[in-house]
Amino acid sequence: MARADWEVIVGLEVHAQLLTDTKIFCGCSTRFGAPPNSQTCPVCLAMPGSLPVLNERAVEFAIRAGLGTGCTIRGRSVFARKNYYYPDLPKGYQITQYDLPLCEDGHLIIDTPGGEKRVGITRIHLEEDAGKNTHDPAGGPSRVDLNRAGVPLIEIVGAPDLRSSEEAAEYLKALRDVVVYLGINDGNLEEGSFRCDANVSVRKVGETTLRNRVELKNINSFRYVRQAIDYEVGRQIGIWEDGGTVVTETRLFDPQQGVTRSMRTKEEARDYRYFPEPDLLPLVVSESWIEKIRAELPELPRAKAARFVSCYGLSSYDAGVLVAERAVADWFEAAVAAYGGSAKTVANWVINEVLRLVKDSREGIAASKASPAALASLLRLLDERRINAAAAKAILEEVHGTGADPARVMKSRGLEQVSDLGAIAAAVDRVLDANPDQVERYKAGKKNLLGFFMGQAMRELKGQGDPKAVTEALKARLGD
Amino acid sequence: MNPTDLTLAELSARLESRDLSSTEVTRACLDRIRATDSALGAFLFVDEEGAMAQARAADERRAAGRSLGPLDGVPLALKDLFCTEGIPTTCGSRILEGFVPPYDSTHVRRLKEAGAVLLGKLNMDEFAMGSSNETSAFGPCRNPWDTARTPGGSSGGSAAAVAARQCFAALGTDTGGSIRQPASFSGVSGIKPTYGRCSRFGVVAFASSLDQVGPLGRTAEDCALVLQAIAGKDPMDSTSLDAEVPDWAAGTRGADVKGMRLGVPKEYFVEGLDPEVERAVREALRLLEEMGATLVPVSLPHTEYGIATYYVVAPAECSSNLARFDGVRYGMSSREEGALREMYFRTRAEGFGPEVKRRIMVGTYALSSGYYDAFYLRAQKVRTLIKRDFDEAFRQVDAIVTPTTPGVAFELGERSEDPLRMYLADTYTLACNLAGLPGMSVPCGFSTGGLPIGLQILGKPLDEATLFRVGGAYQAATDWHTRAPRIG
Repeated sequence: MARADWEVIVGLEVHAQLLTDTKIFCGCSTRFGAPPNSQTCPVCLAMPGSLPVLNERAVEFAIRAGLGTGCTIRGRSVFARKNYYYPDLPKGYQITQYDLPLCEDGHLIIDTPGGEKRVGITRIHLEEDAGKNTHDPAGGPSRVDLNRAGVPLIEIVGAPDLRSSEEAAEYLKALRDVVVYLGINDGNLEEGSFRCDANVSVRKVGETTLRNRVELKNINSFRYVRQAIDYEVGRQIGIWEDGGTVVTETRLFDPQQGVTRSMRTKEEARDYRYFPEPDLLPLVVSESWIEKIRAELPELPRAKAARFVSCYGLSSYDAGVLVAERAVADWFEAAVAAYGGSAKTVANWVINEVLRLVKDSREGIAASKASPAALASLLRLLDERRINAAAAKAILEEVHGTGADPARVMKSRGLEQVSDLGAIAAAVDRVLDANPDQVERYKAGKKNLLGFFMGQAMRELKGQGDPKAVTEALKARLGD
Repeated sequence: MNPTDLTLAELSARLESRDLSSTEVTRACLDRIRATDSALGAFLFVDEEGAMAQARAADERRAAGRSLGPLDGVPLALKDLFCTEGIPTTCGSRILEGFVPPYDSTHVRRLKEAGAVLLGKLNMDEFAMGSSNETSAFGPCRNPWDTARTPGGSSGGSAAAVAARQCFAALGTDTGGSIRQPASFSGVSGIKPTYGRCSRFGVVAFASSLDQVGPLGRTAEDCALVLQAIAGKDPMDSTSLDAEVPDWAAGTRGADVKGMRLGVPKEYFVEGLDPEVERAVREALRLLEEMGATLVPVSLPHTEYGIATYYVVAPAECSSNLARFDGVRYGMSSREEGALREMYFRTRAEGFGPEVKRRIMVGTYALSSGYYDAFYLRAQKVRTLIKRDFDEAFRQVDAIVTPTTPGVAFELGERSEDPLRMYLADTYTLACNLAGLPGMSVPCGFSTGGLPIGLQILGKPLDEATLFRVGGAYQAATDWHTRAPRIG
């Protein structure tokens, strides 16, 4: 049987660290990269008698995530304890939400080859992150760093609506764009602040019930998501086609080998003994607070791209490039506002020039010293024909590096365009006088020699001639 | 007269008038502890040096006219589950041996701010699980009225120390009766306030939804003076209540019960109640009636499910609360050999005593998948019914009066091998925790064998004032609370 006879069913569970300054249940800093265990206190170390106190900012961020994905926000949600032993979990339980999560029933729109697709989001709940264990490959003692213990997380549980590894990657990207736009997560898969597990199963096309599923862990890049799901789909189809049964289990993706390996089966699954957290009151959020957060939500990437197409007449490709990062989109719009001319021109310059200049820098567009207003003045110099395109690019490069004013750079580097008709006429005269043969041939009908004269005249003018004026002068002398 | 025979309120007045110094009285307490505690075992740690330094500081404040209030210079002691900065805190367990907290509990901090002298840490049932102080890993505490008997538990050390005049009041905690039952067994007064009245920050947790801090003292007034120093909203405990803390002590002085309606629940006067206890309690009721109160028969129909409900909810919460004692970060850790699982198993096997293990296992079972609905969830529903019983009763009465315990203090060893019989000692006290209500015990008589009997007064949520009023009026009319045991 062929792969085409099988349908792939994928749902993603995403853990996103919230960008709060302090932890979810204590006042410790959440800064990444501090010396081990330096950002801890009796609460996040689970010293006897310590109690959690909920960080309101974390709740606000989780509500933002819910509203940004069309979820319903519960007026009353409940924290629960998930009990299990591990050295990175100091209390012996994780405080999370279980049967009454903060956000429910949302969705995300993604692009697929078949058009737009709506992917369900079952729930988003708040919880605390665990610490980090480091194991010595040489067999020495393992070490525990509890700086991360208590960093606020949201878990975004997606519905099993994805039908291919490509859709899964697309969903993950769209979700990351949303949380980054919302300012609640830094979208960093490599450092683990945005983590993904995938639930994968397959069934014959036409079947209506789901077959056993496998949970994949350790897929911390968009590429690994595709690789891990593709490998797993192949493995599961192979088992079913050989007459076997896929075992419900958790499997770990091995990026070196590109395979998944069994971690624990259903029989070995932990019994987490969830029960309501008695140290915290039910979380009650008022309608007015939710509405306030809703009113302050930023425009999200898809809506922004659609607006760029309809308001600025951009192609959807260009709009997509510009909205990929909120800072770029904002930069673009600031430049459009400062310029007042064609937004398409601005888009071309941002995409082809500005983004090229910053493409290797970590900070993105913030790395450029060129401001949106500087690009606007540069474009006005072009419109006024005081510089030509080549000079404009050279000026932008310098402005990018130094933050200088474009007009000043133009002057100091002598890049101002020659529009003086006398000087142009003199240059044209010199060129034509020096090339009598070509003039003859031109007059005999070889009109494409105009380009040759143009090049010679521009050289006479050191590249700074106004191309339009030069063309006109040439044509006039040649009798056209 | 030995200054240790004074009540806290009397001592406070003498300190204020400077008839007595805190240094003298603290020295007297330390001497008393030295003289009596080998027979009692109430203290697990005596901070002689710290206490004397605090006493001198209090005397200097008083001399300079900068007294911090009625507790300034008053020697108190703490059940050994209050975290105390720089002072060992064991919770009566091997697993916390050597643990020295880097912080004070909210109550310790507030007592220090009130100028109290903290003498040391008191014996208790391990992790507050027990009704006789016999589950302590450091040996039992003995009843000052009869050292062959239990002082009650789990705050056994707190009750014994107050009864033996080793300190003027002590802090305890009450999860199912752990303040009121030992107060009753040891002939002292004690109050468990409304759930949330006191912070739980810095108190080693047993069952979070039931645990509540409260004082044990010689009189209702003494309890009020301590409680009003420690109660009130704490930003470190989300379940603490933002309610005004009145001057309860003032309410105990000149109090009367005229016109008060006192409920007498028929379910508390049933088989299993010691006739001597019943006689003393009925006599107290008669006296209250004579003093102007009206006795109203009430019914708390779900009383019989109290013990079963309690012994699902409390172990469930404890099974999770005690998971943090894993040998990784503090306390004892058994790491001789083997990997992670072996460290967990050995540390917990060696660190916890049998009663704690029993409750962890019961609680783990009650929360397990497939059993959760039948046990934990059902227990929570019954808990709601028990609470409703009280709501209903409090529509007709201002307070409810009952025996604190079905019997008087039993002998050490008598029930320690029979957990179910041990659990019966909390029959009358634990419904109050399940419903989150305030409850007080005051001495109301003695058995023919000379053992104290307690009267329990239960109140509406946040209505501790009525309990102090009844307790104060009753103690003004009786002298049970003034009697002192002869130790040795």
